[in-house]
Amino acid sequence: MSKKNPEYDFKWCPGCGDFGVRRAIEMAMQQWMVKSEIPVERNVVVAGIGCSGNTVHLLEGPQPYGFHGIHGRSLPLAMGVKMGNPDLNVLVVAGDGDFLSIGGEHIAPQAARNLNVCVVVMDNGVYGLTKGQSSPTSLQGAITSSTPFGKVETPVHPLNLFMTLGVSFVASSFSSKVKEMAELILQGMEHPGFAIVHVNSPCTTYNNTYEILKGDPKNNIPPVVYDIPASHDSSDHAAAMALVQAEGIPLGLVYKEPNSLPLDERVAATTSKAKARTADEIFDALVI
Amino acid sequence: MKREDFIIRFAGEGGQGMVTSADGLAQAASMAGFHVQTFSTFPSQILGGPTWTQTRISTTPVRSSGDAIDVLVCFNREAYDNHKGEVRDDGVIIYNSGDFELESDGKSFGMPFEELAKSTGNARAENMVVIGAFAHLVNMPQEYLDAFVTTRFSRGRTGDDEIIRSNIEAMNLGRTQAAASGFSLAEMAEPQKPDYPQILIKGNEALSAGALAAGINFYVGYPISPATPILIAMERSLVGKDQFAYQASSEIEAINAIIGGSYAGKKTMTATSGPGLSLMSEAIGMAWMTEVPFVVVNVQRGGPATGLPTKTEQSDFQVALHPAHGDSALPVIAAGTVEECFYAAVAAVNWAERYQGPVILLSEMMLAERAQNIPRPETNKLKIEKRDVYKGEEGYLRYEAKGISPMPLPGSPGSYIANASEHDPYGDTTHLPERHVHMMERRFSKLKLLEDGEFESRNTDASIAVMPWGGSKGPTDEAYDILVEHNQKVAWYYTMFLHPLPAKLLEELLQKDLVLVPELNFQGQFSGYLRSLGIKAESITQYTGLPFNVSDLAQRLEERLGAITKGMVKA
Repeated sequence: MSKKNPEYDFKWCPGCGDFGVRRAIEMAMQQWMVKSEIPVERNVVVAGIGCSGNTVHLLEGPQPYGFHGIHGRSLPLAMGVKMGNPDLNVLVVAGDGDFLSIGGEHIAPQAARNLNVCVVVMDNGVYGLTKGQSSPTSLQGAITSSTPFGKVETPVHPLNLFMTLGVSFVASSFSSKVKEMAELILQGMEHPGFAIVHVNSPCTTYNNTYEILKGDPKNNIPPVVYDIPASHDSSDHAAAMALVQAEGIPLGLVYKEPNSLPLDERVAATTSKAKARTADEIFDALVI
Repeated sequence: MKREDFIIRFAGEGGQGMVTSADGLAQAASMAGFHVQTFSTFPSQILGGPTWTQTRISTTPVRSSGDAIDVLVCFNREAYDNHKGEVRDDGVIIYNSGDFELESDGKSFGMPFEELAKSTGNARAENMVVIGAFAHLVNMPQEYLDAFVTTRFSRGRTGDDEIIRSNIEAMNLGRTQAAASGFSLAEMAEPQKPDYPQILIKGNEALSAGALAAGINFYVGYPISPATPILIAMERSLVGKDQFAYQASSEIEAINAIIGGSYAGKKTMTATSGPGLSLMSEAIGMAWMTEVPFVVVNVQRGGPATGLPTKTEQSDFQVALHPAHGDSALPVIAAGTVEECFYAAVAAVNWAERYQGPVILLSEMMLAERAQNIPRPETNKLKIEKRDVYKGEEGYLRYEAKGISPMPLPGSPGSYIANASEHDPYGDTTHLPERHVHMMERRFSKLKLLEDGEFESRNTDASIAVMPWGGSKGPTDEAYDILVEHNQKVAWYYTMFLHPLPAKLLEELLQKDLVLVPELNFQGQFSGYLRSLGIKAESITQYTGLPFNVSDLAQRLEERLGAITKGMVKA
């Protein structure tokens, strides 16, 4: 939506991390369009359900196409859009509930196929839209509206999960680092394959983790997030695995597969010698 | 007098060549100019389990797999015990004496299938031994069979000649054995080879070809019996530039992918069976809401849940009409014959493109696996429809109109948001009551575009009608002939277009005192739907996992008609 729409009444809460993510997406898309000289209508933003999904409606400036689908199915929907027209730039926005809980089953197959889309995961560690239930990334023991006595499960470690599943581009960011995030999203869009930019985007209403993530030097609390050192080789798979298995949340480009071949090109290569068949060619073989 | 119609059943263990026997005989007979239809039923496992197949051969077009068996071929004792009761009084049973021996029952003779095949040097020719024996029993000229074997095995490979020789020898051995048995059936009438081009095709193949002819260029599916052959046919066909076919990781993935593909501008389809359709439910509702066209094929099998995966049933009409929660009613087309599998697929794609939404195409296990000779469809004579695409500038509001409106495609101006939530003209989420009213009426108004379907009718002045749907068409058609022969005053109606019904058909049905609907489900799903439209309808149901038997069905229809005529039961 480019202008204020009186019918659309959804709002993110003041201070929500998703404002920063939205800005980074707008910046990355703008840079991508200038760099690759494509008009805005060649971009498609695909989303599922949650606070994250409303990004589709809240983008400012020239409007890309959007698909605000059902809960958890943004990846298969994006696969259809991309394989339906590989010339499109397909960006997926998803939350931790949408992407890692109900939609979790869709990550592994797309990683195996190397679907050429870029996913921005807006992880706030809680179900915000349904008012504060525990999510896969909520901490163990967390008291939420759906875990009144504390969360039983160990939390999912998203970066470790993505690396283990063989995602060919893995980056990590924090909602308050808009400029750096925009750069990572742009790289993800440019990457020929399945790219995930995981963003810690705190929920100021139900799970305000700003202080935990940033730390509090005055009270001697060290930050959980840290910038990936310049010495890290993002093409080194073992180094990337070591990074995501260590303490803390690294920010920056974790891994980028050097010889990434995306799904559309894999399909073209595999079927290069196959001959398409028409209805009449099927009939020709069945004549009596 | 010469006989015009024969039914042969092959029964045994899965993996013993039951399907190749039935298919081979159908191919041979159809090449000779006969009309044929096969039927097969087997357990859900790779090898083994009781399996049977059947081929019906006739001098006129075959409408059902038929009732009593003329020739039963038993590969093992269990098959003999289970099927001998269905053999006609004057029928013949051929059993595999290499596997078991029988006391004489007056209608059976044995021959060692495997030993005879091996003696030709080709152990795989067992089915040819059996086909040869059948040919002797019905006095079918050997040149018909020689021509079939020569055509089938001339594949440009070294060894073709040897395979042809051994298969012909195997048939001759079968003939000799049958002759020695002393049994014979009536002589088969001469076939009249149709003067139009023909193909021998199975329902799933015909449906796939129809989809391709209608321009489907994007297919994502997940394996499930009995729909898997459609996935395989599409994967083998949709390759190269601007075409895509893919095996997904689940039905949920498949349905969402074809929705995305259609949104991006492709003509898309998936095929599944009952359990898969259940998984697709939510996404189909999203497509109704976002107005994205595509076809979901449901090759019905016995249900609910895993149900009877390899048996036939017509029990998914209700879920086809209402696959999703909330207020929606999907267009439903049902194929009733192998030939209709082709034309129904074309119609389904056309409907989807025309009304810009999902269409459910129903097929059935018994059609999917059935091989039948049909007139070769003339693809250049088909009317193929394409969605109305938006060609203007930015600033378009796709959902503003009261009815259908052009659909923008990503890559071209006209950006909008396809939104599974209720939405305003641009596609942004809204909760306004007047907007929900506007959109609800817009979505339902588009169904009006689909009321022009064709239908069959006969003896329409009768006040009572018979109206089957889907695969019960064939058996009901034959049963209807019996009713007419018995001077019953009853009308015939049939259509592939179940929702919305052709407007004129609905008008005529509303005039009837009673519409009898033979259908393969417990609840009488289709007659319930007709009653909801104000039609006085009731079902003749069967839920055995098997198609209707013609004589049983005729009897049940006559009993119902008789009760009405005698005033015992109110129409």
